[in-house]
Amino acid sequence: MREFAYSRAGDLEEAGRLAEEQAGRFIAGGTNLLDLMKLEVETPKALVDVSRLPLGEISPTEDGGLRIGAMVTNADLAADQTVRRDYPVLSRALLAGASGQLRNKATTGGNLLQRTRCYYFYETSAPCNKRNPGSGCAALDGFNRIHAILGTSDQCIATHPSDMAVAMLALDASVETRLPDGGSRTIALKNFHRLPGQTPEVESNLQPGELITSVVLPPPPKGRHIYRKVRDRASYAFALVSVAAIVAVENGKIASARLAFGGLAHKPWRDRAVEEALIGQEPSEALFEEAADLLLKEAAGHGHNDFKIPLGRRTLIAVLSEATKEAAQ
Amino acid sequence: MTTDANTYAMDEAVGETRLDRGTQGVLGKPLNRYEGALKVSGRAPYAYEHLAGEDVAYGFMVTAGIGRAKIRSVDTSKAEAAPGVLTVISGDDVLRASALPMAPAAQTIDGEVFHYGQPLALVVAETFEAARHAATLVETLYEPGQGRYSLRDQLDEAVNPGPGAMQPDNLRGEFEAVFAEAEVQFDETYTTPSHSAAAMEPHASVAKWDGDNLTVWSSCQLLETNVIQIANGVGVPVENVRLLSPYVGGGFGSKLGIGPDAVLAALGAKAAGKPVKVALSRQHVFQTTSRRSETIQRVRIGTTKEGRITALAHENFVVNSTGNSFFEPVAISTVFLYAGENRKITHRLAETDVLMTASVRAPGEAVGMLSLESAMDELAIRLDLDPIEFRKLNEPEVAPQDDLPFSSRKLLQCYEEGASRFGWQNRPEKPASRREGEWWIGSGMAAASRSHQLMKSSAEVELAPDGRATVRTAMTDIGTGSYTILQQITAEMLGLPPGHVTVLLGDTALPPSSGSGGSWGANSAGSSVYLACEDLVRELAKRLDVDPSDLTLKDGQAIAGNRQIPLGEILGGETLTGRGTIEPGKTAETTNQASYGAHFCEVAVNAVTGETRVRRLLTVAAAGRILNEKTATSQCYGGQIWGIGSALEEELVIDPRTGLLVNHDLAEYHVPVNADVPQLEVVFLEERDTAASLLAGKGLGELALAGVGAAITNAIYNACGVRVRDYPATLDKVLAGLPDA
Ligand SMILES: Cc1cc2nc3c(=O)[nH]c(=O)nc-3n(C[C@H](O)[C@H](O)[C@H](O)COP(=O)(O)OP(=O)(O)OC[C@H]3O[C@@H](n4cnc5c(N)ncnc54)[C@H](O)[C@@H]3O)c2cc1C
Ligand code: SF4
Repeated sequence: MREFAYSRAGDLEEAGRLAEEQAGRFIAGGTNLLDLMKLEVETPKALVDVSRLPLGEISPTEDGGLRIGAMVTNADLAADQTVRRDYPVLSRALLAGASGQLRNKATTGGNLLQRTRCYYFYETSAPCNKRNPGSGCAALDGFNRIHAILGTSDQCIATHPSDMAVAMLALDASVETRLPDGGSRTIALKNFHRLPGQTPEVESNLQPGELITSVVLPPPPKGRHIYRKVRDRASYAFALVSVAAIVAVENGKIASARLAFGGLAHKPWRDRAVEEALIGQEPSEALFEEAADLLLKEAAGHGHNDFKIPLGRRTLIAVLSEATKEAAQ
Repeated sequence: MTTDANTYAMDEAVGETRLDRGTQGVLGKPLNRYEGALKVSGRAPYAYEHLAGEDVAYGFMVTAGIGRAKIRSVDTSKAEAAPGVLTVISGDDVLRASALPMAPAAQTIDGEVFHYGQPLALVVAETFEAARHAATLVETLYEPGQGRYSLRDQLDEAVNPGPGAMQPDNLRGEFEAVFAEAEVQFDETYTTPSHSAAAMEPHASVAKWDGDNLTVWSSCQLLETNVIQIANGVGVPVENVRLLSPYVGGGFGSKLGIGPDAVLAALGAKAAGKPVKVALSRQHVFQTTSRRSETIQRVRIGTTKEGRITALAHENFVVNSTGNSFFEPVAISTVFLYAGENRKITHRLAETDVLMTASVRAPGEAVGMLSLESAMDELAIRLDLDPIEFRKLNEPEVAPQDDLPFSSRKLLQCYEEGASRFGWQNRPEKPASRREGEWWIGSGMAAASRSHQLMKSSAEVELAPDGRATVRTAMTDIGTGSYTILQQITAEMLGLPPGHVTVLLGDTALPPSSGSGGSWGANSAGSSVYLACEDLVRELAKRLDVDPSDLTLKDGQAIAGNRQIPLGEILGGETLTGRGTIEPGKTAETTNQASYGAHFCEVAVNAVTGETRVRRLLTVAAAGRILNEKTATSQCYGGQIWGIGSALEEELVIDPRTGLLVNHDLAEYHVPVNADVPQLEVVFLEERDTAASLLAGKGLGELALAGVGAAITNAIYNACGVRVRDYPATLDKVLAGLPDA
């Protein structure tokens, strides 16, 4: 670990100022950033501790949605009564992630910005365009079992590991931030994360020093909430494929469908075309297969991760069957 | 009182002993761990925790970021100039990796990189953080070499490695001819990946010099050879070195030889002029200690139509790095487990430029029985026989390779007990025939066997004037329960409440011991303690003028005829010391000694995703006398959990381009977590093996792992019809063969 300056921000203004003055990085739960600093995958010169900022509240919004402070821990968010009642997909996604101990520390803001688990990203002696732009991608022809099959580039095929963000994307969440100049803005979550393209080192559309203050959920969508995570062991493993689904069936037809996917791409993945293909249709195996084909039309494996294509397909079909099961009868 | 060593060689089976009388009634009982309270309250110091509060320095290793190379230069100047750095140890004398068990020392690097992640230097600094950062400042120039990283590419170069834990070749009769003529022929190839022992406590050492004398606290399994390895690595006479390992947080073979930390800490302490602590990072543990070889195993079995084995072959390819002749004894159980006149068991060792391979829990069985027990299942199905019936048909009367009698063998009883407890007769008869919602349900079984070994071991037991006893031996307790069972043996032998027995272990200042490995520890160290106690009993009997066999010891009293005298009174203020040394003897050559068991498992396989969940796992074991039912059961739980890992999860991935061990942390090297482990069940059959040890017990710790993984993959087949022969059976491999959801 390199030496770094540490300061704790007492309020938002101070957080912004410290980050700007010291070109500092925010640290919240530290469950990802600290690990990366120990290995010197990340080498910030200064840390601004934002964990004590007054951003720990979960509160209703005027339009019937929910505002989740950036410092709300994954454990608290998963256990929140409103979340469990109105946004069960989110609670389930959170509980499918990491371990109890990690969820006690991990924060809402930090979770969105956690970095990939690509093995080579963690191994500083290996080439990696994300860690060391221009050095190459060791995963492309290497061991890439956990890597992406959608939206990859020739520079990087890493995935975004978050479960929480997948559920939030299905919920049409947006991210509220405070800019270094004191202003604030709202970014739809679907525009928050980036595909690797030619700059895999840039993972979100945040500006340097821009602080996540909260995540806002619109009013709870109707329908059945499902989060299904497929992984290599029953707990404490990242998703090989995950699906967050909120599907409503009315009069025997799919009235609405929100589907987001983890483990497939460099960001939580959502494909409106898949949802549109479902809406207004009668649930059927054939329809689900069509949706899965649409989702995976451009999917490409890199060898070890080829199985994610049939796995993604089967998982989506199973989730859709479950989501529409009784309602269809 | 004998002052000589009181050495006893196991040349013949023992008769009834004081232990069989069970007067005190403590041996075998499920006593809590001797050191349990210390451990759960943080008062049992592990290696790195010694010298707390003293002025010490910290070392961090620099490792190679290349798989094979000549080292042109190692520039330590930037690191030496970094804040807090005291010294940097580098050069050709740095050790490559761990020492092989029993080897005199680890090999030095001699200006070369032999594997990715190889230690190159040690940075010693005032703080751990300063050392770790400065380690990144050491600049190494390489002349890259041509590395060999894949076993598959080296098969043509593989050689007969010569004798190791077993003979590499075990041939009998005319395998090829008989197999070619066999009515039923089975021929399949299995692969198993490399494994890391991944013990909870990383390898760590603290070294302190006092003039020319060196004290090292390290996490070690075999102190007698480990201290020699340290002395040779540091370059001092072994008499000058004292090694202590009072508590060890798991070793599983990876601490049979010293890790790179021990010698580096000593060299660092010498250079820095103060004690140095070196703990391997988790990444270092994966990359710089040792690992289990990946294997390629071809199993061929010829049988009659009725299912009698006439020809049996198990041919294996394994790897090690240059200069290391250890080979994974893959087919060690195949040699004696099933009948068959014509046999061909071979091991060929290839070289790769990857971290050396060595023993990992149940070397041989852990991977060899994945294939053998899978093959037996496949063949039973082909023969339309119940897998248990097929095994019973081929139960040998004597060891099939050399016709030696079995010292004890309750394998058939294990099958029977297991089948009835598990409800084997209710299992689905055909694959993919039982379904619960999205899950296919199936059951599988496998046999377990593990060769028994007894090793030379010495102990001293002191009986103090207050009638309390102290056991001294350089045995280790690697989390298994050594402290507890040695206390129980002493309490039983001397008729003392267990609380009156103190046990001192893990220190080369104590009588030399077998240490822990190969499941030999309990019976070897235990037999030496038994002998030391007998020594004391003889002396007590002499003082009471009775024959030792007429002396009963119970609750601190000696009872002879109608006399009952407190021990303290007999001692009359004196302290008595009993000594004992056990040695393997002729019984090891005149009988085939092994522990046996049977595993029964129910799995659910997800019809959509191919995920497997183990729902029930039962092991029935017969391993001679069980010394403590609780610690023995815990050993078996551990073995079962390792079995789940080897069947479904564990795989140390080697990048074939560079030799990098790709998934070198516990986030990506998957071992089972609680949610993967169902309620486990372990049953012991009553057994005494009087040829195996003075305690009439046999090795147990590794038995419970042998075969478990095959019971699981057999159950996967029974559940969904998919046979995975390339371990581990991760969901992608199951998915590939699944019927439509
Ligand atoms: C072994 C292991 C297993 C895991 N398994 C899973 C899993 O299965 N599923 C899953 O989803 N996650 C998993 N995680 C990841 C875990 O969820 C994340 O580490 C955690 O959510 C990060 O939150 P944090 O508050 O600790 O972030 P930190 O480590 O503090 O920060 C992470 C990043 O976010 C930035 N940051 C933090 N807060 C803000 C803010 N308010 N504004 C701007 N930037 C900010 C930091 O600068 C840093 O770049 C696992 C982690 C580990 C170590
Ligand atoms: S996939 Fe991305 S993160 Fe992984 S090695 Fe390639 S560039 Fe680096």
